[in-house]
Amino acid sequence: MSKPPPSLRVSELAYAYPDGTQALYGVDLTIGRGERVALLGPNGAGKTTLVMHLNGILTAGHGTVEVAGLPVRKDSLAEIRRRVGLVFQDPDDQLFMPTVREDVAFGPANLGVRGFELDLRVKEALQQVGLLEVIDRPPHHLSFGQRRRVAVATVLAMQPEIIVLDEPSSNLDPASRRELAEILRSLDVTVLMVTHDLPYALELCERSLILSGGVIAADGPTRDILADADLLAAHRLELPFGFAVTPQPH
Amino acid sequence: MGAGHTHQLYRPGDTVVHRLPPHCKLPAVAAFAVVVVATPREAFWAFGVYALLLAAVAAVARVPARFLLRRMVIEVPFVVFAVALPIIGLGERVEVLGLSLSAEGLWSAWNILAKATLGVVASILLAATTEPRAMLLGAQRLRLPQTLVQIAMFMLRYMDVILDEMRRMRVARESRGFTARDVRHLPVIAKSAGALFIRSYERGERVHLAMLSRGYTGSMPVIDDLRATARNWATAASLPAAALATAVLSWSVS
Repeated sequence: MSKPPPSLRVSELAYAYPDGTQALYGVDLTIGRGERVALLGPNGAGKTTLVMHLNGILTAGHGTVEVAGLPVRKDSLAEIRRRVGLVFQDPDDQLFMPTVREDVAFGPANLGVRGFELDLRVKEALQQVGLLEVIDRPPHHLSFGQRRRVAVATVLAMQPEIIVLDEPSSNLDPASRRELAEILRSLDVTVLMVTHDLPYALELCERSLILSGGVIAADGPTRDILADADLLAAHRLELPFGFAVTPQPH
Repeated sequence: MGAGHTHQLYRPGDTVVHRLPPHCKLPAVAAFAVVVVATPREAFWAFGVYALLLAAVAAVARVPARFLLRRMVIEVPFVVFAVALPIIGLGERVEVLGLSLSAEGLWSAWNILAKATLGVVASILLAATTEPRAMLLGAQRLRLPQTLVQIAMFMLRYMDVILDEMRRMRVARESRGFTARDVRHLPVIAKSAGALFIRSYERGERVHLAMLSRGYTGSMPVIDDLRATARNWATAASLPAAALATAVLSWSVS
């Protein structure tokens, strides 16, 4: 039996914005099925640009993106967007429907799921983030932490191959931050999280990538990367005050 | 501000009127309004019957008169216009309480006031017995233009978010010692409004991205398939039907 294709394979991805600003200069990365990987990098490194390529919002100027073996192309967009679940930073952007139920149903309904099956998907997804009880509430009546979790549920309902989170821990209080970590750890899905929260990356992801200046500048075990003070400093990354990471014994 | 804001018009309840599917109520109210407008203004008694019909609906829906009256404030601009008509109107003059008024103006004022009031009360009753969300589902079901329904839906969802941003901007202004006291402060308020507009526009773009990411292709998937029985339709139709019978009578009498 042949091995399943990796969840995500990006090769030689380059992109320049229409105004000529080059954001990516040839990104190569592969994320295996079931991995949890952190994407680190300073502001302006091209993280958001890279994320926008993963589900075809932006199309590659050069190079390819493949999700579980399927290349991102115009004619594969619908399936690509099912396979890649993007969780945006501001849950108010992500949750645009009048009730939680309708919001979680939006993705699968666009895929043509209806009736009992749709109901089941919505409930399962909310169960996975522990928020089944808010199903009939309007999103703006939820706490910020709850909204972030519902945002995760909206992509889980599409049964994605990989979920991509943009700054998942931003604006969360410590308890919500921990609860979200527990949820992410419990999911049986490939995770790529874009973050500046280095302790969070260490807590959740075995492996980290540093995107800097539009290329992958480092790729390795999170612990090793965070222990390398010179590497971090070279890419404007810093552990918070009072934190120190010791490298993994090899 | 806050949670209750978007639901000021809705009055929760569990009456026959509340339970009627929204896509039955919407056309019923629209048809009622058309019948009212088509009634000759001379048929005073017909307008009395219409008012009684609405009173009956209000009674069934348990919407108190005070609730209705408070929300009728929205009609004030029309009232002002109607009051002006007899004074500025031309043609034959009549003496009323020592004032010389235009007869044609009086008729027009009565026409506008009576018909507008009936229309406004019918709409308030509709809004009071139908959740805003249900109203939109009804509109979607009736195949009203998608774009309009979606705009209304986003307004409903983001009203509180935008009001909240507005409040934060006010707090930020006031924290730096600004309070709007007179017209000279208008430019500051105008700039805040501009900033709010840009922020909302940018949010719109982000929301659109989020929608695309979840497979949006231009139309909202219909998730809750609303169904109405023949009985629902018959119940909803009773209001415009009774009004139509009245109108037909008024045409044949006049």
